[in-house]
Amino acid sequence: MNLDTIVFLVSAVVAVFSATMMISQRNTVASVLYLILSLLAQAVLYIQLSALFLSAVLIIVYAGAIMVLFLFVVMLLNLRGNQDLGDKPSPVSRITKYLVSILLVVELVFIIRGIGFDTGTVGIMTLAADDFGSVAAVARILFTNYLYPFELTGVLLLVAIVGAVVVSKREKSYETPAGSGNMPDDRKKVEI
Amino acid sequence: MTDYVSILSIDLSLVAPELVLLAAAALILLFIPLRKMVFLAPVIAALAFILSFYLAVGQWHYSGSGFAGLVTCDSFGVMFKLIFLLASFLSLLIARRFFVIKGIDKPEFYALLLFSVIGMMVMANTVDLVVMFLGLEIMSIPLYVMAAFNRRSLESNEAGIKYFIMGAFASAFLLMGIAFIYGAAETTDFRRIVADFSYIVANYRIYLYAGTALILVGFGFKVAIVPFHTWVPDVYQGAPTPVTGFFSVAPKAAGFAVMLRIFLYGFERIELLADIFWVLAVLTMTVGNIMALRQDNVKRMLAYSSIAHAGYIMIALVVGGSEAISAAMFYLVAYTFFNIGAFAVVTILETRSGCKSDFVELAGIGKATPYLSAVLALFMFALAGFPPTVGFFGKFYLFSAAVKAGYIWLAVIGVMNSFVSVYYYLRVIKTSYMDPYEGQPAVVKLVPSIFLVLIITAVGTLGLGFFPQKLLELSQAALFAFL
Repeated sequence: MNLDTIVFLVSAVVAVFSATMMISQRNTVASVLYLILSLLAQAVLYIQLSALFLSAVLIIVYAGAIMVLFLFVVMLLNLRGNQDLGDKPSPVSRITKYLVSILLVVELVFIIRGIGFDTGTVGIMTLAADDFGSVAAVARILFTNYLYPFELTGVLLLVAIVGAVVVSKREKSYETPAGSGNMPDDRKKVEI
Repeated sequence: MTDYVSILSIDLSLVAPELVLLAAAALILLFIPLRKMVFLAPVIAALAFILSFYLAVGQWHYSGSGFAGLVTCDSFGVMFKLIFLLASFLSLLIARRFFVIKGIDKPEFYALLLFSVIGMMVMANTVDLVVMFLGLEIMSIPLYVMAAFNRRSLESNEAGIKYFIMGAFASAFLLMGIAFIYGAAETTDFRRIVADFSYIVANYRIYLYAGTALILVGFGFKVAIVPFHTWVPDVYQGAPTPVTGFFSVAPKAAGFAVMLRIFLYGFERIELLADIFWVLAVLTMTVGNIMALRQDNVKRMLAYSSIAHAGYIMIALVVGGSEAISAAMFYLVAYTFFNIGAFAVVTILETRSGCKSDFVELAGIGKATPYLSAVLALFMFALAGFPPTVGFFGKFYLFSAAVKAGYIWLAVIGVMNSFVSVYYYLRVIKTSYMDPYEGQPAVVKLVPSIFLVLIITAVGTLGLGFFPQKLLELSQAALFAFL
């Protein structure tokens, strides 16, 4: 067992553990912090795969910028401590979630048995071109072969910004003219 | 310097219809600050749809790929582009009047509509999973906002939030599926996956299966097949009615465009897939129809009815082969006409003050507005699949494709479901003509734009019903350059 394998195992365990902790927390701030930990561990895995640029991006963009945004949102919503996150789920949904989880675990077992844990393929990548994972290599492929998706991403971001502005822009008046808005009175219960 | 433009075959004419819409959307967004120009927004959007339609028709005989193989132009894609453009053009004509009456007419809506159609076209125009996903997101994000567009109505806000959360879930599933497929095939390009199919199956079967299943779940949410349909009734009821009409046709067609491509021209060799689709199709038809029986709101009823129609179209995914695919395309075109027509009538009726499109509010419109209720009755007959409307031929081609491929029981279940659906469609007609009502039924005013929609959809529903051959030939021709 060499150093590479030890680093891999440690960061893989940390990534999965903190991801699990993230979804099992009822405290949202703790969830966000666990997500950051998970992302940091994943960045280590990226480095081991020689994807240096991507791991830097993961830390700067996700662990840095996006997580700070998440924290802002959490604090704006004022969800503190063990504050309840809504109604208790109905018995049906409480049972189904365990059923679905068990199903997924069974599926996972089958997948692992299916690939038979061939250590040769799980090992660490060592044979890579010199500039593999560098900024230049990523940029070259991004702006040539993947030019079209790159441009589409630009459109997607524009759409998201426009959408966010439309939804959140303050309107001049919130008064409801008679008969125009249908305010909720006798909402039907959600069916099936 | 390397000439990348020719190496990667970057050819803007491949994406010309999309570019026109993009330019129009940008124009509209720039016009917003100029208050006196606001009325131009729908005009610009309508003109863009027409120009884009013209350019898309021009692509019909062109087949080829560009942008390093990430854009694929074929008549299958063009056929779907025409469906999206038709549906969005009709929805645009309905929406303008409705929004003015409700006092929520904002130019951003038309930009969002254009963006959404761009996303659909991108989806129909590629065989690469990454591009497909980006197209799906460009389509979906405007849809969430459009659902919540009536910000004064809590129901509309709820629709937006619900749609957004379910859509985000679906996207996560889909992305995970694409990641699995990429892990197995080392490519997201569909042609290469199909070329290496037997190698992938031999070595990474389980990843391929997991990926396929997750992609199915992702698109299942988008086209609302049972059991991924739970968001549909609330979203359809809460969203502004013209938007609901758009939802029930265009995104569904986009989802089916991608599903037909993925599951019939690549992964049809995966064993059991046809059986899974069989079960899903039967579930979707049956649950949709049975739930529609007990609705008291016309929009909710149409929501469940759209689920049922997705079930009928799923038959094509079970059967496979060119005949079933052209039947599905035929059905989607026909469905665009009569479903948007039905929503147009519902929209007009909802412009009466305080109207929420409950069944009881239909009472008396047969007397008050005889022409309108006659058109409504026509659309209901088409939805139920009565001859001589095009709805009959749509179902006929789908069911006969199923029978020819040996799926007798599937066709039988489909026909039985159609019989069930007759009850709730005829209930609309019965309520509008025969139910007693108190006082004077409110008279609704027809405006030219909605009148135009009614003419187009009614002529389409009846005309294609009398001459289905033309459309059938068109949808059969749309297959030749497939993949």
